Parts: sequence; structure tokens; C-alpha cells
Amino acid sequence: METAEQLRDRLQAQFPAAEIAVVPNPGPAAQHSLLLGAAHARAVALFLRDDPALALDYCSNVTGVDWLQAGYLEAVYHLFSMARPQGGPVVIRLRTGNRTDQVTLPSLTPVWRSCEFQEREAFDLFGIRFADHPDLRRILMWDEFVDHPMRKDYVEPDDYEWEPTAHHEVLAKARPPAPAPPSGPPEGTPP
Amino acid sequence: MSDPAPASSAAAAAPDRDELRRHGILLTSLEELYNWGRSHSVWPLQFGLACCAIEMIASSMARFDIARFGSEVFRPSPRQADLLIVSGTVTKKMAPQVVRLWNQMPEPKYCIAMGACAISGGPFKQGYNVLKGIDRFIPVDIYIPGCPPRPEALLNGLIALQEKIRGQQLTGPEAPPHLRADAPGDYPVPEFGAHDLLPPNNPAVWAPPAAARSETA
Amino acid sequence: MSASAFPPPVPPGPQVRAVTDEFHGDLLEISMGPHHPSTHGVFRMQATLDGETVVKLKPVFGYLHRNHEKLGENTSYLGSMPYTDRLDYFCAMTNNWAYALSAEKLAGQAVPERAEYLRVILAELTRLLNHTCLAGFLLQDTGASGTPLMYAFREREKILDLFESLSGSRMMCNFQRFGGCRTDAPADWLARAGQLVDGYGAFLDEFEALITGNEILLARTQGVGRLSAALAVSAGVTGPMLRATGVAYDLRKVDGYGIYPRFDFRVPLGDHGDTYDRYMIRVLEMRESIKILHAALREIPAGPVMDPKAKLRGFRPKPGEAYGRIEGPKGEIGFYLISDGGANPYRYRVRPPSLVNLTILEDLCLGHTLADTVVILGSIDIVLGEVDR
Repeated sequence: METAEQLRDRLQAQFPAAEIAVVPNPGPAAQHSLLLGAAHARAVALFLRDDPALALDYCSNVTGVDWLQAGYLEAVYHLFSMARPQGGPVVIRLRTGNRTDQVTLPSLTPVWRSCEFQEREAFDLFGIRFADHPDLRRILMWDEFVDHPMRKDYVEPDDYEWEPTAHHEVLAKARPPAPAPPSGPPEGTPP
Repeated sequence: MSDPAPASSAAAAAPDRDELRRHGILLTSLEELYNWGRSHSVWPLQFGLACCAIEMIASSMARFDIARFGSEVFRPSPRQADLLIVSGTVTKKMAPQVVRLWNQMPEPKYCIAMGACAISGGPFKQGYNVLKGIDRFIPVDIYIPGCPPRPEALLNGLIALQEKIRGQQLTGPEAPPHLRADAPGDYPVPEFGAHDLLPPNNPAVWAPPAAARSETA
Repeated sequence: MSASAFPPPVPPGPQVRAVTDEFHGDLLEISMGPHHPSTHGVFRMQATLDGETVVKLKPVFGYLHRNHEKLGENTSYLGSMPYTDRLDYFCAMTNNWAYALSAEKLAGQAVPERAEYLRVILAELTRLLNHTCLAGFLLQDTGASGTPLMYAFREREKILDLFESLSGSRMMCNFQRFGGCRTDAPADWLARAGQLVDGYGAFLDEFEALITGNEILLARTQGVGRLSAALAVSAGVTGPMLRATGVAYDLRKVDGYGIYPRFDFRVPLGDHGDTYDRYMIRVLEMRESIKILHAALREIPAGPVMDPKAKLRGFRPKPGEAYGRIEGPKGEIGFYLISDGGANPYRYRVRPPSLVNLTILEDLCLGHTLADTVVILGSIDIVLGEVDR
């Protein structure tokens, strides 16, 4: 199986206008990923699926990641091939502009049907909007819920009862009276 | 000796009744008979939420056999069930449905909170979608700790419930809800709010424990 | 194919047109679940029916969403191991192994040989347990109320006894660690496991004699919920459901993780992709698991079950990420971990086989009756703890 750099070169030759970069993975797992620009992501994905040498017809895992410090959200796709089973995953990443108003990414559900529910989950829990998704609505939380709970800055409602333990956080919380639940959405949620 | 004595003096009357029973004469009180009949045929609702439900199913299978205790018939419809075994984590998304099912069950009805999640949220207590215990919305009779409790623990809980039913007095302020005029009818069903359930708990049933806050660390 | 011409989105299967005229009447929309005896947990199907025929079906879940991934970010790596038991609560041992495998990939941790054999034995016992219970529940769904389930749970209790004597708990075993297993098997455990496996073939013969050729089962399941191989691959379906359509993709052979390449076993494949094939694939897989178990129990070497250099509480992998997966009884269960060098993972993601297998539920159910929907859902083999996490 070709390395990430070789794949990047081949894709760049095929799609000269696309933005494709290798994101190295420093740990021992050495699963390097390709960062794709949103504009050509679907075309690249179609090529990855239909290219006879790669035949990446199986999208196994779609997930969102919230990079709070860096200021963007990310959708990560792990691709395998059932037609040519040997080899590790090809990992592609798509990044949003920021975490507030530029949170739209192209949906890859038209390419791999397995993205359908997992992209809905990324929308529900992270707030990434997938353009051209056939049915983009919440999947795990109820429809009237407004927050995106997996974001790093999500504050959950305060409905614990106070328990007299020596646990540090509980003691710190118990010193002043418990604050009232938030009346509006936490900062950082898209409108 | 043969008057229908209330339950409080049943202990005093019991030696005489045992004596008579040995001679083949059976005496009872209306209350005892009523409670005995009720406690030995408690039909649970076929209601399982999560992992504890599998142990509940295992307790109804051949090895542990809940049928011995009269609870063989798990009814799919709440209208025909006496007992709601809340087995598994109650999430906020599911909580309105649980309260609706409880409302649809006719009196006399009982609730067993099986497993740590149903009692207080369990290992998932730190959760934005987890209801920290079903007793925030409906009254619970028996709590069975465990994660998951063994089927024997569920049977122990069922026996404790049966003892509780047998000990109930039919008259007076301690009477079970279906014999009291002032007991609540429907319990309020929570709505889905923007961040949490509305209301987050039912104050008539549950209040947070009094916090003894110390000013020093 | 030119880059600018996108093909149309993958069509969601055969479209069943409902007939609504004055003679035929309105469509009926019902909600099966979340409290329902046949939905394998708190699962809801919003079905629109034309008479008895399903014309639209939307699955709704999230009723057991216990924010497992958020807890994973707030807990140490080792602290998440008990939570993985509660994902697919039938198959705690394989969930543990998938997580341990991903963390070992992330940290570059090696596993001693006896631990690998023990992991294989426990995984195959879990596969037996899961497929037996699935057969029982599927027959319960077709209406054979209670009796096959009793037989299935009888065998399950024997396997749970083994798990309890090894790990301390029947279901929530919490047994695998990063670098091996928590404890070694007790002295007679392997002998008792051998006895169980020897007797399992006879149990399967008895079960199959009652069930497999049964004409009611054949009538209820043959031709019901036919899944094509192309749609299965595109929808990311894995596990016995995929192999029932004829695609030979079993991670034990493809990835060859652990020591599976040492064992000689076949991967059964189906022809039609219908419910009956999915059921029979699982029965055949149980027979292959018995072969693996016999070999593993015979060949397991002596030695430590934990790598002496492995860290448990101080497990802090270097920054990086890893995706590790195994062939669980329901399909490919994978864990995607991103480490930032701290004690807790930065991102902890579970790839649930049941959720991805549900993608094509509507496709399978369109055009069938409501009763078939229950049978099709039973053959997909979902567990809500995994779907919702």
C-alpha cells in the first residue's frame, strides 16, 4: 500500500486545484492522514472510492473532533477497502473555518452510504453542518435541544445533588452556593 | 381468636393461629388474605432499558426462575402490569416515556429501581443526557444496588417487595395509594427543554438532600 | 468518471409507492417503541404503513445515550475500561479487547503470548454466547415465545459461570488491560472451558434439529429483508450481516490481529443476504468458533499474562492517534483515540457496529409487512448500549 506522501502526490496530480496536505501522526501507530480542502473533498472522495488501485469502498468510521485551542472543528473519515483488503486505513480529514459561523463541510454520504448516521451524529454532538446530507437532523439528543454537547466548552446543566465526599471538585463546588442553571446557550454554539 | 385482627396485632395472634393451623383450622384476617393474594402475583411490565434488563431476563429464565415467585407473566402492556422494574439507565430522552408508562399503569402499582443507574444515575452520573435516578419523577418502593445486580439480587428485591406488600395496612394513613382518596393520580410528564428536562425533577416526589456546606476547605 | 459530474446520491433502496385513493384509504403512521417487547431495547421505529405494508421507516434512537465518549475524555485511559463493558453489554470481553488493542496501538505496547491465547479464548466464547442469544431472541421475535430463548440462556449461563470465575463478574468483566489481561486463569478454568466447548457441539446439534429445518422459520425468514452486497459494502455493514450477502470480509482473516493467523477456520458466506442467511451464518460461525476454541485451549502456553513493562495507572501515550478494530460478534468494533500526552484521551471515539448496520434498516423493510420488520430487526442484531453509547 502506498504511503501517505505518495497518495498525496497522486491526488494532487489528479486534482491540481485541490488542497491536500499530509498530517503526520507522531505516535507509534503511524496512521498518517490527509487533510483535504472542503471545496474538492467530494471529488477526491469519489476518486478514492473508484480508483482501481485503491478501491476504498468501505468508510468505516466518521467522527468529529473539537480542536478548541486551534479554533476549528474537524471531521475525520477512516477508509478501508473490501475489494483489496490488505493494508491499513486511509484517513482523511476535513476542517471547518472556525467554531462559530463557518461550520459547514461537504457531506460524503453521496459517496459512502455509511456516513449517513455518523455525520448526523457529528452534527448533533459537534455542530458541524454537512451540506447535501439527505437528512441532517439530530440523532442522539432530542430535537428541541440546542447545545452541541461534545464540544470542549459545553457546560452541562447543574442537576447533581451535593454529596458529602472528600472529592476535590465536589468540595470546591460546595463552597459557594451552586450557581443557577444557564439561561442561554453556552458561548461558542453556532446560531 | 377468630376475629379479623388488624396487622399490628397479627404477631400476637399468630401463635394462636399457628396452633390452630396445626390442627387443620385456617384463620386469617381480610387484610392478610388481601395482601397475600396481591403479593404473590405481582406481574412486572416487560420493560428493560439497558444492561440490567439482561439480568432481569436471565432471572426469568430457567436457572433463576422468577416464576416461582408469581412473577412469571411479564406483560407487554402497562395496563395489565403491577410492577415497573426500571432496569437500566434512564436517560432524559427516555424519562417522559417512563413517566407516561407509570401513569398508564393502574393502581395498585409498585416500582423497583434495579441497578445503580436507576437509583442515582450510576456510573453515568456525570452525563448531560442521564437522569440521576428515576425517583426524581416517580415514587420508588425498592432499590436494588448493583451494576448489574445479580439475578439473585433481583429476586431478593422482589421478596422484599412482597414483604412490603404483605405488611401494608388497608385502612388509615399508611394505606397504599389505591385505597386513599388523597393520593396523586397522574404524575406530571416532563417536557424536552432547550438544555434539560422541564421540570428537571418532580418536587412532590423528590427533593435534593439537605447540603451541610462547610465554610472552610 | 470526470471529477465535476457527481453521480446521484446512493438511492435508499426500492421505493414502495403507497396507493392512496378513495378505495384504499389513508396511510397509517405508527411508532414502534421505545417501549416495545421486540425492539431489543429502547429503540423506536417510526413506520408508515399502507395496510400492512411498510412504505417508510425511520429509526429513532438516543434513548440510551449515556455520553460514553464525553466520559472517555474526562476519565483516564484505564478508567474507561469498565465503561466499555457497558457498550455492547452481551459482549463485554470483545469490547474490552477492542479498546485494549487500540490503546496498545497508540502506545506501541506489546502483549505476551499467553494473554493473546486467553484473549482469543474469551472472544470466541463471547461469540458463542452472542450468537446463541441472537438465535434465541430471533425466534422469540418470530413468535416462538420463550422456549428457544430458555435453551439459549441455559447455555449462556454456563459461559457466564466461566466468566465469573475468571473475572469476578458475569457480564461486566473489565478483564483486558493495556498489555495483557488482568489476571491469569485459575488452575482448573481451562479444563472447565474445555468441557464446555466439548459439550457445545451437542447443544448446537440439538438446537438445530429443532429449529433449522423448521418450516415456520423458513417461511418467516427466507426472502425477507434481502440485502445486496453492493449496498452492504457502501453502507459500511460488517459482521455476519455482511458475510450473509457473500462478501468475504472477516477482520480475523483480513487484519489478522492477535494470533488469529495461527488458527485454521473457515469464514461462512451466504448466498441471498436474507434473514435466513443471516441466521444460518451465525450458526455456522458458532461451529467455527468451537474449532478455534479447541485449538486454542490445546495450544495455550505457560507464561505471564501481562507485559511487565506495561503501565496501567500511569498510562500516558505520546501525542498521536490510532484506530484499532476487531471482529466482534456483531461486526467491526473499533476505537479511535487521540492522545495529547495527558492522562486522559483528547478524543475517545467508539465505532459501533450496530449503529452502522442500522443504516439500511429502511431499505430492508420497505415493501414488507410490519411483522417482517420485527424479524429483520432481530436479524441485524443490535444492542442499544452500542448504538447510542
